[in-house]
Amino acid sequence: MSNFWHWWIVLLTSACLVLVTWVLFSTRKAQRRDMTDETTGHAYDGIEEYDNPLPHWWFVMFVATLVFTVGYLILYPGMGKWAGVLGWTQVGELKTDQLKHERRFAPEFQRYAATPIEELIKNPKALKMGERVFINNCALCHGMDAGGNFGFPNLADNDWLYGGSADAIKTTIAQGRRGQMPAWGAVIGDKGVKQVASYVRELSGIDSGASQDDLDAGKKVFSTTCAVCHSADGTGNYALGAPNLTNNVWLYGSSQTQVEYTIRKGRNGVMPPWHDILGPEKVHLVTAYVYSLTHKAE
Amino acid sequence: MIKHDIVEKNLGLMVILVVVAISFGSLVEIVPLFFQDETTQPVEGLEPYSALELEGRDIYIREGCVGCHSQMIRPLRAEVERYGHYSVAGESVYDFPFLWGSKRTGPDLARVGGRYSDDWHRAHLINPRDLVPQSIMPAYPFLAETPVDNSLTAKKMKTLRILGVPYTDADIAGAKDAVKGHTELDALVAYLQGLGTNITSKR
Repeated sequence: MSNFWHWWIVLLTSACLVLVTWVLFSTRKAQRRDMTDETTGHAYDGIEEYDNPLPHWWFVMFVATLVFTVGYLILYPGMGKWAGVLGWTQVGELKTDQLKHERRFAPEFQRYAATPIEELIKNPKALKMGERVFINNCALCHGMDAGGNFGFPNLADNDWLYGGSADAIKTTIAQGRRGQMPAWGAVIGDKGVKQVASYVRELSGIDSGASQDDLDAGKKVFSTTCAVCHSADGTGNYALGAPNLTNNVWLYGSSQTQVEYTIRKGRNGVMPPWHDILGPEKVHLVTAYVYSLTHKAE
Repeated sequence: MIKHDIVEKNLGLMVILVVVAISFGSLVEIVPLFFQDETTQPVEGLEPYSALELEGRDIYIREGCVGCHSQMIRPLRAEVERYGHYSVAGESVYDFPFLWGSKRTGPDLARVGGRYSDDWHRAHLINPRDLVPQSIMPAYPFLAETPVDNSLTAKKMKTLRILGVPYTDADIAGAKDAVKGHTELDALVAYLQGLGTNITSKR
């Protein structure tokens, strides 16, 4: 803050205070001190006003606010660059609060963070804390029960896109993931899309109603186009986030139309990275919670 | 001592004195802010809204999102814990008008950018209850079917440039095409995904 604005604030604030004080005391001086039956002489619709002074308690309250103001401006930052005797700042109060909170909870967070996930799932309190983090941050996409939504994976069915080990889950949460199913419509043509969709659905045991010829053709397209990521038998690949297509778990629906759409237009599901938002300790706790949904502690 | 009568019976004088009396607060608390670096200089890394984000912002205004969602994280522990680093004035210097809001029926959105995927925002705007069963947010399915009106995009950017937003001539020349072919949903999601991403410290 420049000196100009410093003095601008100081002078205007002081002037205001002086003016208010002057108005208060000068009007009081002009008023009578005792109670009276005389009126001010104003009459509106027959309503008149006694010429009594300002009630004493009211006057005292005025003075009290003035005293408070002066005290406040000495203790707290208000007068331009004046930082206040107490040294209070808004950000300082936040830091103090955060530090207090940190002192109280950090040892517990750190203890949990140092415990391997496989051990941590035996601790009900840690799981409860992880669940809280989950509900506040993850449930918007994955649902309160972690059961997933269309396009957002079910985390409780032990079917994984990027692997279900504690490490894999933690990496997924901390660093995020970007699904990369390309659009194949232009490459394999509409007929190819229909045939391979039927074939893929049959892999999961769904009766597609397609002819054997179409299924054979679909298989051929699959082995040349899809098998690179989804592997030759369609069981997927954790390293690429390519889903297992044989277990009848469908992220984008299992109907012929939906599977065709997925193949034709591609899918690019995104898991945002949470490391910077939650910090390592909470990522660890929420990993434990997610892991515990499919791995019961012995 | 001036008699009250003089003030009370001269309307013009009373108006002037009332204005003087109530202007102290504004002069002291608001006017200096127009001249402080903290409030007039952009934070490091602040980028003007892209053409599509700008149109998304106007849709945000049109649909009244600000009525239920604030964009102002206060420096309080619980708030910083939930939403991220508190908002600073330098983040809003390219906002005309600012959308800080004062009502939170829904959560604060000051740092919602990047928190959820584009797909999530689309599905959620089309029908919030598909993803959050308890949500009371209205559904905006029509946004997905309405193309963005790009006839005024360049003009808006020119106006903002007069107000101090550093758009280049190339930005303005390309505005119409940058928005072309996008739906209002695209624009709104682009705007939301950019919110609050300029401050690198998220916690």
